Amino acid sequence: MKQVRLLFWRIAALVILAGGAYATWVRFTQGLGASTHLNDHAPWGLWIGFDILCGVGLAAGGFAITTAVYILHLEKLRPIVRPTILTAYLGYMLVVVGLMFDLGRPWNIWRAMVLWNPHSVMFEVAWCVMLYSTVLMLEFSPMLFERLKWYAAVRVVKRVVVPLVGLGFLLSTLHQSSLGSLYLIMPTKLHPLWYSPILPILFWISAVAAGLGMVIFESGLSARAFGRALEFDVLQSVAKVMAAFLSLFLVVRFLDLAWRGALPQAFRLAGPGSYEAGMFWLETALLALPILLVSIPRVRAHPQALVACSAVVVGGFLVNRLNVSTTGLDASSGVHYFPSWMEIAVTMSIVVVGLNLFRLAARYLPVFHDATHGEKPRHAAYAES
Amino acid sequence: MHAILYDNTKCVGCGACMMACREQNHLPETDAPDLTDKQFTVLKTAAGKDGEVHYRRLCMHCLDPTCASVCPVGALHKTASGPVVYNADICLGCRYCVQACPFGIPKYEWTSLTPRVRKCNFCADRLAQGKINACAEACPYGATIAGDRESLLTEARARLAAEPGKYVPKIFGEHDAGGTSVLMLSSIPFAAMGLPVNLPDEPMPMLTFRVLSKIPPLVAVGASVLTGLYWLTRRKEAVARAEGRVPATAAACEDTPR
Repeated sequence: MKQVRLLFWRIAALVILAGGAYATWVRFTQGLGASTHLNDHAPWGLWIGFDILCGVGLAAGGFAITTAVYILHLEKLRPIVRPTILTAYLGYMLVVVGLMFDLGRPWNIWRAMVLWNPHSVMFEVAWCVMLYSTVLMLEFSPMLFERLKWYAAVRVVKRVVVPLVGLGFLLSTLHQSSLGSLYLIMPTKLHPLWYSPILPILFWISAVAAGLGMVIFESGLSARAFGRALEFDVLQSVAKVMAAFLSLFLVVRFLDLAWRGALPQAFRLAGPGSYEAGMFWLETALLALPILLVSIPRVRAHPQALVACSAVVVGGFLVNRLNVSTTGLDASSGVHYFPSWMEIAVTMSIVVVGLNLFRLAARYLPVFHDATHGEKPRHAAYAES
Repeated sequence: MHAILYDNTKCVGCGACMMACREQNHLPETDAPDLTDKQFTVLKTAAGKDGEVHYRRLCMHCLDPTCASVCPVGALHKTASGPVVYNADICLGCRYCVQACPFGIPKYEWTSLTPRVRKCNFCADRLAQGKINACAEACPYGATIAGDRESLLTEARARLAAEPGKYVPKIFGEHDAGGTSVLMLSSIPFAAMGLPVNLPDEPMPMLTFRVLSKIPPLVAVGASVLTGLYWLTRRKEAVARAEGRVPATAAACEDTPR
């Protein structure tokens, strides 16, 4: 059975990569118009909404967990530091890959380093992403250095790891929130269910929640893939913090909607505005449900249920970001944007490449070594299922 | 600052402005009904009180342009004399300008492998030579006139005062989005011309700049709080050790083997 399932996933991955390769060819030989459903009314699509907004957000576990361990000394979380850093590092690398597809003139990207427009949110995001990717590379480097037995280099990185983590927290806070600020300049375009002067704050809170969700989800996947013990008590703590951030998000979100008088928009269940209202409730339900589930001790005690909860959080987060970047702009743009199959193929290929890079790194680098040594797998049954 | 004033009560929809614009910018013939990457100004019609009203759309050349503010590399900028111009050589192609412009003006060359943002450049070259905008020069009915922004505002106010029944009582672009270099007078509501009528009088870039300007203090506060928390939690751990208690979680392994 396991063999069959593995074969299925391998074939699926190959099909996706073949589609992605063809789409890549079309994108770079015939342009954005031939490969995407983007147009002058919908100039940003899946590659911005998913590859950038979601990619960066889901990598937020990187700064959250490292800050908890290195700044707040929550040593209990140390076993998941390395896989989290790896996830975040790969995430940011893939965001840059996605950006190369989306930019019309990607060969000019280096100019953002020399031509500064400090009034542009995009400029700030570009710099923070660039600097934070460097931070992540350094945080990741000990895994490579250990593998190469360059212990002197490991010691050098270890000496600067605390300020590095602090810097990572600040840079992440800035650009996670700024991805929301990107939309502040479109008050007449973005639907009132999503346009808010506190979008940067909402983006930051939801990124932390989703980033922690991703930590649990990724731990579940890798425990399963590598027949490895699940750091279950650690993940239970992470789940509680995730639920706290989700609750905070929903409270702030609804207070903001009520304060702006936009709440009635959510109840337009028929006619114009019903599409937006429906998507709003889908997003809200997916982000609220896990709070409820995680609060039930029986659910929390079950590894598979916890991983499933985290998957729902990630799903809710994806819907939220795609709502801001596409659903919320539909009405004002006058067109309904839905990505082309080639946009979807490129995005899925990037995800497949990411999963495989994680698998390779986990196999050949000491990613999990401090998680398992000297300990018996506690949830062996889950690992084998 | 240079500006143009367009008055749709004087416009008969002859298309001389469109033709002059095409010629000036070396654009191909097109019958597109809207602004495109190959058409920088367009004449449209709407229903008015006494029959059809012709109206013109083009880049508004904002005094504090959204497009210039959002561009990460400053590929778009407002020149001192009025035009908002674009430099394709440094453009990354992020299309934030297309997304953010409140008037929906910048268009993109979606089919090109070296795509550019395309829009009216207010005949910046002609202005530099001391000439006026090609469209204003071509207009046989005085519907589009060029001149200094202040004197055009005075002229527009005079027209509104002289024939109040003829016009919607507003000069579009005087204050909208912080003011624009293209001013408009109309006999029909500006919304019917496809113009956004709910724009704030404050320039749009302030919406993001207010947040961006909070970054330096935020970084300072954040760095201090992080440092404080670091010392605090470390101290707590040290105290626990000194009192002979092993901090519950510190037993976890080290990052590196020796």
